[in-house]
Amino acid sequence: MSILEKRTQIATEDIVYRSRPIIASIIIIGGLIGLVAAIGLSVSFGAADIDIGTVWSAIVQYNDELTSHQIIKEIRLPRVLGAALVGACFAVSGSIMQGMTRNPLADSGLLGLNAGSAFMLAICFAFFPGMPYMYIIFFSFLGAALGAGLVFGIGSLSRGGLKPVRLVLAGAAVSALLIALSEGIAIYYRISQDLAFWYAGGVSGTKWENLEIVAPWVVVAFVGAMFFSKSITIISLGEEIAIGLGQRTKKIKFFLAIIVLVLAGIAVSVVGAVGFVGLIIPHITRFLVGHDYRWIIPCSAILGGLLVVLADFAARMANPPLETPIGALIALLGVPFFLYLARKGGEGI
Amino acid sequence: MSNLFVKDIVVSYSGLPIIDRLNISIPDHKITTIIGPNGCGKSTLLKTIARILKTDRGAVFLDGKAIQQLSTKKVAKRMAILPQSSEVPPGLTIFELVSYGRFPHQRGLGTLKLEDLKQIDWAIQVTGLSELKDRPVVALSGGQRQRVWIAMALAQDTDILILDEPTTYLDLAHQLDILLLLEKLNKEEERTIIMVLHDLNLASRFSHNMIAMKEGSIVAEGPPSKVMTSSTIQKVFDIDANLTICPFSTNPILHSYQLSGCTQDLLENANEG
Repeated sequence: MSILEKRTQIATEDIVYRSRPIIASIIIIGGLIGLVAAIGLSVSFGAADIDIGTVWSAIVQYNDELTSHQIIKEIRLPRVLGAALVGACFAVSGSIMQGMTRNPLADSGLLGLNAGSAFMLAICFAFFPGMPYMYIIFFSFLGAALGAGLVFGIGSLSRGGLKPVRLVLAGAAVSALLIALSEGIAIYYRISQDLAFWYAGGVSGTKWENLEIVAPWVVVAFVGAMFFSKSITIISLGEEIAIGLGQRTKKIKFFLAIIVLVLAGIAVSVVGAVGFVGLIIPHITRFLVGHDYRWIIPCSAILGGLLVVLADFAARMANPPLETPIGALIALLGVPFFLYLARKGGEGI
Repeated sequence: MSNLFVKDIVVSYSGLPIIDRLNISIPDHKITTIIGPNGCGKSTLLKTIARILKTDRGAVFLDGKAIQQLSTKKVAKRMAILPQSSEVPPGLTIFELVSYGRFPHQRGLGTLKLEDLKQIDWAIQVTGLSELKDRPVVALSGGQRQRVWIAMALAQDTDILILDEPTTYLDLAHQLDILLLLEKLNKEEERTIIMVLHDLNLASRFSHNMIAMKEGSIVAEGPPSKVMTSSTIQKVFDIDANLTICPFSTNPILHSYQLSGCTQDLLENANEG
């Protein structure tokens, strides 16, 4: 049979579109339910335990005179929502970075974005105390760009190009430098107290007004990530293939880089330099839903939010009334996971 | 004038000129193969034709327009490119990878329409991958993997196919497999095929048109009978070739060959022994 005959013979009912949207839908729905449950759990437990009924009534009929309602509304709820938000930001930025650079070790922490943001935050605290939160976010974004620029700059100097493990080494060196500089600034200007919290990572200081400022940016960045999600899949096949398929790779990479920097910058400005969320979550998500970024982006956002909410919960429950830094808890998961990936030689994405 | 031609191009790679003022016209509906020694610029020429590399001067013209001026998505509906050794992300199934060939035909988030599904299914069938289509690509052998990439290029539904060493790393049978498939696509669907091959005999046997390159310029071009001569091969590869006729295609092929300059000694040794 000739090729042409075959072509006309293909019956439409033979064609079954196979993908993994079912698993992805389960993750989105199940993940959202899990996230709401985790948020409820996290809000009701803490230095003072509050039963879940009170949590519910604090949300639906808030009573100003009840201390428990005040704790929930002013302290716990913004904190937990902040945790969910930064988790989603780190995870989505990690997903985009891993896809667009084809580097399975890409993560805003490992590639210097977080340290860059933290460095800029140190400068803000030292030289412009009392700066409005809006500007802090902007500087955090610039810091992420600075960190990424240094890491990719140094990485591309080395012979053999931007190999995954090399970039991570450059990321470690740049992060160490930027953190040392930030600490120097912190000691000299006596702002260590303010900053310590940012390095360790924690959402305990999150307030409603912070969330109100960052939320629209995060929404825009997520919409942008979804808009480009198909393009991320195409670019993850390699630059030459993407060009061959008619993608304007330079333009797409530019927009994606902006989205990554906004997400990482915002996340660091809220929680501090917490690493590994953007490393772990995209891998787990890809394992579950496959390689289609139209599903990876929303699923990793939900799973990332869930991870950080649970980490924050564990951070408060581990040694009450003291709080364990979230960054340390996530690193407990992240470091072995990183070693596992690095052992595979940083291959494949 | 053919649809696709290269006019006066200069292409350099990190400051070094690779191709200097090259002109070539690619005949429509024919198989054209570029041959030449390592580093002669054949892949560079192929990538420039495929608009992956930009020219310093001159241009590649498609339908009378400079290719870099055309919308890249429109070009992607005319030509598909199979780069050399492409890594496949783990977890992708054959169906999924082939479906990305529909990208230039899609809008927005890119849900597959019936038309897309038909084209994908056809591409998977002609490359003989129907049985395997839900398997992960990384689990395939080299020959099968190369077929998947070809299937992806076919799903793109273009009349021009550009392939950079499609038979490298494949054993003899699998090399023939790929080339017979390309020949079939050319014969039955009149697709224009442009490729780089290292094996001169296969190049001669399967091409209508050959381009021999050395040091960034064209030494000879035309039908295999014109390009596959001992003097051209001597000029291009620095080897003395003993040519014969391929019984399967009646084009010239190498019977045996030797580095230029050692031929006399070797012949004497062989006769004595």
